[in-house]
Amino acid sequence: MTEKILAAHAGKKYVAPGDLIDAKIDFALGNDITAPLAIQAFNEIGVKKVFHRDRIALVADHFTPAKDILSADNCKILRDFAKAHRITYFFEAGEAGIEHALLPEQGLVLPGNVVIGADSHTCTYGALGAFATGVGSTDLAGVMATGRLWFKVPETIQLIYHGRINPWVSGKDFILYTIGDIGVDGALYQAMEFCGEAIRKLPMSSRFTMANMAIEAGGKNGIFEPDEVTQEFIKPRAKRSFRVYRSDPEAHYSAIREYDVSNIFPQVSLPHLPSNAKDVREVGRIEIDQVVIGSCTNGHLDDLRVAARILRGKKIAPSVRLIIIPATPTIYRQALKEKLFEVFLSAGAVISPPTCGPCLGGHMGVIAEGERAVSTTNRNFRGRMGHAKSEVYLAGPAVAAASAVKGRICHPEEVVKRK
Amino acid sequence: MKLEGRVWKFGSDIDTDAIIPARYLNLVDADQLARHAMEDERPEFIKEVKPGDILVAGKNFGCGSSREHAPLALKFAGISCIIAKSFARIFYRNGFNQGVPLFESSEAAETIQDGDQVRVDMSTGEIENLTQGATFFAKPIPLFMQELINDGGLIPHLQKKGGRDKTQACSASGC
Repeated sequence: MTEKILAAHAGKKYVAPGDLIDAKIDFALGNDITAPLAIQAFNEIGVKKVFHRDRIALVADHFTPAKDILSADNCKILRDFAKAHRITYFFEAGEAGIEHALLPEQGLVLPGNVVIGADSHTCTYGALGAFATGVGSTDLAGVMATGRLWFKVPETIQLIYHGRINPWVSGKDFILYTIGDIGVDGALYQAMEFCGEAIRKLPMSSRFTMANMAIEAGGKNGIFEPDEVTQEFIKPRAKRSFRVYRSDPEAHYSAIREYDVSNIFPQVSLPHLPSNAKDVREVGRIEIDQVVIGSCTNGHLDDLRVAARILRGKKIAPSVRLIIIPATPTIYRQALKEKLFEVFLSAGAVISPPTCGPCLGGHMGVIAEGERAVSTTNRNFRGRMGHAKSEVYLAGPAVAAASAVKGRICHPEEVVKRK
Repeated sequence: MKLEGRVWKFGSDIDTDAIIPARYLNLVDADQLARHAMEDERPEFIKEVKPGDILVAGKNFGCGSSREHAPLALKFAGISCIIAKSFARIFYRNGFNQGVPLFESSEAAETIQDGDQVRVDMSTGEIENLTQGATFFAKPIPLFMQELINDGGLIPHLQKKGGRDKTQACSASGC
């Protein structure tokens, strides 16, 4: 599927793994961390105009609302550039959400597209059947100037999931389990194609979560074949027409791995690598100081609903700080409408505006020396959420919410009996 | 071109948060970024690193975020090249685009020790461990990629060429 999309964008009938191609880019993305460097590089190239003002999004989401003067300066660089080049999709403040939740929600990234973003989690859009991958600022500058970028066609690993999905298990548990199996470089330079009957049962939110973390296995992209679930999500919001690509039955894979999901239970990845995934019931007693539910990985409405189901009528442990971060303004509004905020506030949570914030130790919940956080984010590298001697445990929203109630990492069933 | 310097050795899966912690990502000035390179991973690095020094690491160097601040910080800290068993793919692109040559050699990455003096020949891929008297070969960097490195990265290279054909400029950096 990856090869078909890349071939179509390189003007070729077919391409093979290892081929170097020059591909047309459908959509490009930068944020308040990476776009300032890209804009600087763009200006140095000396091109007068961006390749297409409707095909670039600049999203101020990482250190926003601006956490300090330097961050405010960076947002200003984005704003001024967007204005000068009449960029249609510049998002900040009340319009901004976490980029990888925002762009699909706004119908800006579509099945069959080639999307690059100066952010490693750009691979999220593979959930829609797009080829999407993260690049650096210089590559983004090149794309803003030319609308094209070179790629080496990756080999593809096929990951097949079948069996019955266990209670409280979501796409996050699937992907943590998978990274635990293949390692943080298990898919280095490769495409990860997620398929199987268990995948077709997953809602879009879980698919976004899985594609989002392809990079944590070293993957170049993660991809799902579009089905009715995809169509139902994208049709009402697509801003452009699109073409769906499917895998050939005789497609060649560099490796095939099969998972019986009835063996996958809620997972936790221990510090300091996402591949340290374990069944939550096997981690022992780990007391925690903070819980974060949000990010491009798990800040979707479904994630907040799961958290609310666990937190309804409960209080979080007195020793714990719970921070909830809806990923976009639309999700924020819908959560408000569904009275989820009432549940969170009554439980003792803090609700943040949409931002990447604490995921990368930016703001809105940085942790101190020796502290431990359970987080629905995507990385638990040393110092990721704050002090170099702090610890991050990755989990899905169910484990995170339950752990906030208990004050220690626990299975959701310790808090709520049945789903 | 030959690069020679003292080796700073790191382990496997060194992530971009280790190379440049996210709390410094509001900085855009390369010299300021460089002052925090490897700060949490190895605090003495930035105090003692000298221009021309070489970084050696295990597998999957530079995994994690796409921040180009990572190779930029290492470059401005003085690192002349990086030898590793393997590189995370976004870091690989970013490294070359910033003008930092990257070499893949499992043998070199395993046997070279911290503090060794090493010389690397960019055109042949020859890695000489002057301290231990051993020689290894990584894949040489193609000529036009060497030009890109010599020009200081993709943007200065494009400026020099006066063109904007990225494809030709980078089509061999290998991801």
